[in-house]
Amino acid sequence: MNDFLQYTIQGLAAGSFYAIAALGLAVIFGVLGVVNFAHGACYMLGAVVAAVLLDVTGLNFWWALLVVPLLLFGFGVVVERLFVQWLLRLEPLYNFLLTFGLSLFLVDLVKRRYGVSGLPYERPEILTGQLTLGALRLPTYQVFVFLFSVLVCLAVWLVMTRTRVGMIVRAATERPDVARALGVNVGRWVTPVFGFGIALAGLAGVLAAPFRAITADMGSSFIIILFAVVVIGGLGSIVGAVVAGFLVGLVEAFGQAYAQNFSQIVIFVLMAVVVLLRPAGLFGREERA
Amino acid sequence: MSSTPQTLLEERAASRTAPARLARRSLRTWGLLAVGLVAALALPWVIYPPVAMDIACWALFAVALDILLGYTGLLSFGHAAYWGGSAYVTGLVAVHLGVPFPLAVLAGAVAAMLIALPVGYLSVRRAGIYFAMVTLAFAQMIFFLANQWRDVTGGENGLQSVPKTFFGITAVETDSFYFYYAALPIIVLGMWMAWRIVHSPFGRVLVSIRDNVPRARALGYDVEKYKIAAFVLSAGLAGLAGGLFAISHGFVSLQEVNWTTSGKVVLITVLGGIGTLWGGIVGAAIIVILEDQLASSGFEGIGIITGSVFVIVVLLFRRGVWGTALHAFRGRRGRRGRRAEEGAAGASGAGGDAPEPRAAADRPGLSDAEVVP
Repeated sequence: MNDFLQYTIQGLAAGSFYAIAALGLAVIFGVLGVVNFAHGACYMLGAVVAAVLLDVTGLNFWWALLVVPLLLFGFGVVVERLFVQWLLRLEPLYNFLLTFGLSLFLVDLVKRRYGVSGLPYERPEILTGQLTLGALRLPTYQVFVFLFSVLVCLAVWLVMTRTRVGMIVRAATERPDVARALGVNVGRWVTPVFGFGIALAGLAGVLAAPFRAITADMGSSFIIILFAVVVIGGLGSIVGAVVAGFLVGLVEAFGQAYAQNFSQIVIFVLMAVVVLLRPAGLFGREERA
Repeated sequence: MSSTPQTLLEERAASRTAPARLARRSLRTWGLLAVGLVAALALPWVIYPPVAMDIACWALFAVALDILLGYTGLLSFGHAAYWGGSAYVTGLVAVHLGVPFPLAVLAGAVAAMLIALPVGYLSVRRAGIYFAMVTLAFAQMIFFLANQWRDVTGGENGLQSVPKTFFGITAVETDSFYFYYAALPIIVLGMWMAWRIVHSPFGRVLVSIRDNVPRARALGYDVEKYKIAAFVLSAGLAGLAGGLFAISHGFVSLQEVNWTTSGKVVLITVLGGIGTLWGGIVGAAIIVILEDQLASSGFEGIGIITGSVFVIVVLLFRRGVWGTALHAFRGRRGRRGRRAEEGAAGASGAGGDAPEPRAAADRPGLSDAEVVP
């Protein structure tokens, strides 16, 4: 029973990274129609920037949680203005390929600057050790990551459903044509939404920094699993991204526990089953094709 | 895959209306073929033979991908699974059975098709960008399998010392110059098969699916079956290339099944020009030579260069090298030629030219669901 809870919290913590990053992917896809292949690279950037800031300026983890997403927001805005905006009217294929190229570029750049071995990152002292709840002992950092990401996802959900900006973004996501007809300037939201999605990827990276090895390649398997997440959840769906993110984290953790060598494959088996039974994903709508 | 009344009628109509144009086209096609063949034969004289072999393998791989990307309108981002899957099977057959390498390569290609069948069956349920993600994710399953199944694949060490067994002819087995000529017929055969697939009535159906799925369905074609068939055939040719690559290097690494390999072949195809089989050959030559030059000059950030090439091509050069050349050639022929082309559009293939390339730059925002007026 204790083991079971252990794996559960482990899975939820791993799922937190997927959920937050997939949320960013889903928002970007919704408003821009862009599947951002560079999302894994941005996750990696988040972790690397956090580590470098700690090393150079001594900026601690808590500040990094705020500063790094802001920096990546700026980065996303620049990327959108410089590259992505030229392709918005074309097939999604071209954005996919563009962001793939960007991802190759970023990963190699970081690799050349910081080498292939991992950067160190000390987690804040308060998050080391274990929480003791009765007979239960849970790693503090994993509990924190899970709670924090639930808060982030809730905040995004509240913004999306309760504020005017959120409603505009949702309208632009669901039916850009109707939103436009009703006088919403969809184009105005494209750049900030792209930046916001990138910032979420970066935030996932900061959360992962004290927890995972920080290397240039850390985003490359992450992005593949992220794609599995959005296929399972349904790419157009924000709820789907979050739920599938945690689900995949759980599947991964239990896979690691009970089928050690094949935990990654289990994720893709889950994806195969979902595609077979519900091609549009758990929360997705059937696309018009 | 049988020919259907519609396409047969179209082909007959085409051959009635424009015989002179077709004769001119087929002359051009044969001329190009002759040039291509001479270039292929001369290649190991001007380039280090193993690099020449790499170009040939990647060219066939890109052509195989283009059957899907350029002619069916499906972006498979997981073709490393078939290239690399075949490389492993070919390597294992060569190591353990010691058969002549063409047989091992054949076994690899068949294995690639067997892997592709269930993946294709599942993937064609999604269109467009979803298709790309699903194929990518399934390909990653093959990667993990190759990584975890150490006893068989060697895991991170790769599959070592794959022999070039060839009927006891030592020159081929030891000298990469002679090996090139022993392997070239397999590449040429693969290219010819790709060409036949694209120019057959089956290929015409693929193009009609690319251009307009609802219309193809309305004409009575089982769109999903055609997509799966194209997927499996493309995987088989990719497997042929991957198997030869494994034999040529005498080594199979995890790199062959990694997703960066899937990305590289897409880059080659897009750089050459999608929807033009020649483009894949040109793109392969450019990328392989570029990588070889960079590697021998000691530059380590190959991803920085290839990533930039990707971004530039997608932003400024979407037709690719061959597509741009083709477009310029057609533009030069002036209005008369263009009118003749439009007159026979959609039924131009009986004489031997390729179906109209996708020419994506001309048609922004075209998706499967879009109805062409």
